[in-house]
Amino acid sequence: MNIDYTPADEAFRQQVKAFIAENYPQSVRGKSRNEYGGKEDFLAWHKVLHKQGWIAPSWPEQYGGTGWTATQKYIFGEECALADTPMVLPFGIAMVGPVIYTFATEEQKKEHLPKILSGERWWCQGYSEPGSGSDLASLKTSAVRDGDHYIVNGQKTWTTLAQYADWIFCLVRTDPKAKQQEGISFLLIDMKSPGVSVRPIITMDGAHEVNEVFLDNVKVPVKNLIGKENEGWTYAKFLLGHERAGIAGVARSKRGVERLKKLAAAEQDGGKPLLDDPMFSRNIAELQIDLLSLEFTELRTLANESKGGHGPEASILKIKGTDIQQRLTELTLEAIAYYGNPYRPFAHDKMTNEYVPGPDYSHGAAQNYFLTRRTTIYGGSSEIQRNIIAKMVLGL
Amino acid sequence: MDFSFTEEQTLLRNSVQKFVQNDYTFDNRRAIVKSDTGWSHKNWMKFAELGLLGAPFTEDQGGLGGGPIETMIIMEEFGRGIVVEPYLGTVVLAGGFLRHAGSKAQQEKFIPEIVEGKRVFAFAFAEPQGRYNLADLAVTAKKSGAGYTLNGHKAVVIGAPWADHLIVTARTAGGQRDEKGVSVFIVDKKAKGVSCRDYPTVDGLRASEVTFENVALGADAVIGTVDNGLPLVERVVDEGIAALSAEAIGGMKVLNDATVEYCKTRKQFGVPIGKFQVLQHRMVDMFMNYEQSVSITYMVTLKLGESETERKKAASAAKVQIGKAGRFVGQNAVQLHGGMGMTDELNVGHYFKRLTMIDTMFGNVDHHLKRYASLD
Ligand SMILES: Cc1cc2nc3c(=O)[nH]c(=O)nc-3n(C[C@H](O)[C@H](O)[C@H](O)COP(=O)(O)OP(=O)(O)OC[C@H]3O[C@@H](n4cnc5c(N)ncnc54)[C@H](O)[C@@H]3O)c2cc1C
Repeated sequence: MNIDYTPADEAFRQQVKAFIAENYPQSVRGKSRNEYGGKEDFLAWHKVLHKQGWIAPSWPEQYGGTGWTATQKYIFGEECALADTPMVLPFGIAMVGPVIYTFATEEQKKEHLPKILSGERWWCQGYSEPGSGSDLASLKTSAVRDGDHYIVNGQKTWTTLAQYADWIFCLVRTDPKAKQQEGISFLLIDMKSPGVSVRPIITMDGAHEVNEVFLDNVKVPVKNLIGKENEGWTYAKFLLGHERAGIAGVARSKRGVERLKKLAAAEQDGGKPLLDDPMFSRNIAELQIDLLSLEFTELRTLANESKGGHGPEASILKIKGTDIQQRLTELTLEAIAYYGNPYRPFAHDKMTNEYVPGPDYSHGAAQNYFLTRRTTIYGGSSEIQRNIIAKMVLGL
Repeated sequence: MDFSFTEEQTLLRNSVQKFVQNDYTFDNRRAIVKSDTGWSHKNWMKFAELGLLGAPFTEDQGGLGGGPIETMIIMEEFGRGIVVEPYLGTVVLAGGFLRHAGSKAQQEKFIPEIVEGKRVFAFAFAEPQGRYNLADLAVTAKKSGAGYTLNGHKAVVIGAPWADHLIVTARTAGGQRDEKGVSVFIVDKKAKGVSCRDYPTVDGLRASEVTFENVALGADAVIGTVDNGLPLVERVVDEGIAALSAEAIGGMKVLNDATVEYCKTRKQFGVPIGKFQVLQHRMVDMFMNYEQSVSITYMVTLKLGESETERKKAASAAKVQIGKAGRFVGQNAVQLHGGMGMTDELNVGHYFKRLTMIDTMFGNVDHHLKRYASLD
C-alpha cells in the first residue's frame, strides 16, 4: 500500500496547473454560478477545455477522450477544483455522451458526439416526472410509434437548465403493457420540435435553474431512439452508474474548506478571528476529518475499480459527499452571522436596487445553503442511496 | 403547576389565528413580500384594531395589560403565518425598552402611538465587527452640550425600512467591548445625518445598513441610564429571544403538519411514502424536536421575570433548543418533500428560511451554548 504519486504524475500535475493558470476564462473569474449572465458564461470554461482536447477525460480516446490513466484523471479533477474552475455541465459530457458512444449507431455518434464535445449543442436530462421521482421506473411520458416517428406526450420536471437546452434526452414509455422497467425507451428530442414547451420553476433561493418541460404531441424521428426499443432502462441505469469519479466532490469540498477557513479568519469575534474560536474551529476540524475519510474512501473505490471491481461504494460517496457539501454551506452561513440575512438578487428578479451589504464572501451564502439542500434529493436521494447499500451490500 | 391558558388568552389566540388564516394566507403573504414596501400597513392597522399592538402595555397606557404569555401566543400564531410585519421590533423590543426604562415623557409620547399603529420601530444593535456581542460597539454617542452626537454604522437592522424611529445602542464611554459605557437612544429616522440603505432579506423581510453622521441627539433621547445600558439591552433581547422561540414553534408546527400530510398522500413505489419506516422515524424525530421546543418556549416565557442569571440561562437554553430544532425540522421538511420542498412555490421552503434566520438572530446555537455554560 502506498499513496505516492510517480514523478510522471507530478509532472502531469504541474502541466495541468500551468494550463489552468494561463487559460482560466476571465469573463467568469470570481463569479459563482448564480451570477452567470447566460449560456456563454456556462460554456466559457467548456470551450477552453475543448480547444485543448481535455473536455472529456473519461471518454474513450477514439471518441475524443484524453487517454489519461485513472490517476491522471483524478489529478486533473483535483486541480480544476483547487483552482476553482467553473464546473463543466454534466448533461452532455458525463451523461448522454457515454450512453451515445456505448449504445448508439455510428450515424448517431457522428451526429451528436462532436457537438457534445464542442458545447455547441446543449443537453438537458428528461428523466423525472411529477409522479416519478425516486420511483423513476413508474414514468408515464408516452411515445407511440407512427410510421418513422414517435408521437411523444407527457411532462418532465425538475429539468435543470432546460431553458438553454437545444436537446433533451428522455426516458419514455413505449410499451405500456410490459412490466415497468421493460417498457421504457431512451429517446433524444430536439427542443425546437413543435409541441415542446418549457416553464420555469423558481427554487427557494430565488434561482431559475430548473424547469418543467411539456411534451405535447411531439413528433420525434425513430432515428433518435438510442439502442433498442423498450431497453431504455438498461441505458438509464448504465448512465446513473457511470460517472462515479467526482460524485463525492472531494476536491471541491477541500477548496470549500479553505475558503471557509479564510473567511472565518476574516470574521471578527470579540476582536479575535472567528477561526480561533474553539467551538468554530472544532466544527471545521470535524468537517475536515470527515472529508479526509471520504477522500480515502474514494481513492479505495478508484483503486478497486481499476482492478475491475465495482460496487455500491458510489452510494457511500454520494451520501457522505453531499452531507459534507451541505455542512460547508451551513458553517459558512454561521460564520458570517448577521450578513447571512441580505438577499442577493438574480438577473431575473429585475430589481432596481441591487445593493447587497456585507463582505463579498457573505453575498449569497444563505441562498447557497438553501440551494445545496437539493444535493441530498437529486441523483438518488440519501434515503434511496441508503436503501441501495442496505440491499446490495448488507443483503437486507 | 398549570400549563393551561386563561379564557382571555384563548380568545386572544383565536383572534390572531383567525387573522392569520383569513388574511395572511400564503398567497397574501407572497404578495406583501413582493410589494414595493414589503409590508402591509393595512395589516398593521388591523393589529391595532385587534389590540395586538397594545398587548404588553398596561391598560393605563391604552394596552391590554398582557405579559410574556400574551406575547408568546401572538408570536406563535404569527409564526404559523410567517408574518413579516415588524411586531417584534416595534412591540416586543422597542415596547420593552419603553416599558422597562422609558421616562414618563417617553412613555407618554411613544406608547400610545405604538398602540394605535402610528409608530413603527426597529432595533439597531448589530455592527459589522460585533458578531453576537451586544457590547461590542463601534457606534459612538459623544457628549455635546446637553445632548449627544451619534456616529457609526449599524448592520442588518431588520425592519428599518419600515420604521419611523430606531432604538440604537451606542458607546458613551469606555473601550469598544467594555460592558460599562453602553447607552440606548431613541433616534428619529428623519433626523439629519441618519441614512439608510435598504434591501430585502432571504426570509422575506426588509433591512437596512444604517449610518449615523454627526446626528445630534437631545438628552431626552436616552432610554435608561447613561453608560449602564447593557443590562437593559440584555433583558430586552432575552425577551426578544422568548418571542422568537414562540415564532419558531409556530413555524415548526406548520412544517411538521405539512410534512406528515405530504407523506400520507405522495406515492412512490406504489405506496404513500409515509409507509417507509425510515421516513416515519424522521417525522417522529421532527415531532419530538417540536415538542421539546414548545416546552422550552414555555420555560423561557415563564422565567423572564426571574433573577438576571436565571433569565439569561433560560433565554440561552431556549435559543439553543430552538436553533437546533429549527434546523432539524426545516431541513427534513424540505428533504421529505423531495424536489417540491426546494421550490419557491411551496410554503415549506419559506418556513425553512425563516427558521434558519431565527437561529442567527440574537446569537446562534454556539453563541448561546457558550453563554449558558458561562452562567451555569
Ligand atoms: C434542484 C434539482 C435539480 C434536478 N435536476 C434534474 C434534471 O435535470 N433532470 C431530471 O430528470 N431530474 C432532475 N431532478 C429530479 C430529482 O432527480 C428528483 O427530485 C429525485 O429523484 C427525487 O424525486 P422527487 O422529487 O419526486 O421526490 P420523491 O421521490 O417523492 O421523494 C420524497 C421523499 O421520499 C423519500 N423516499 C422516496 N422513496 C423512498 C423509499 N423507498 N425509501 C425511503 N425514502 C424514500 C425521498 O428520499 C424523499 O425524501 C432535480 C431535482 C432537483 C431538486
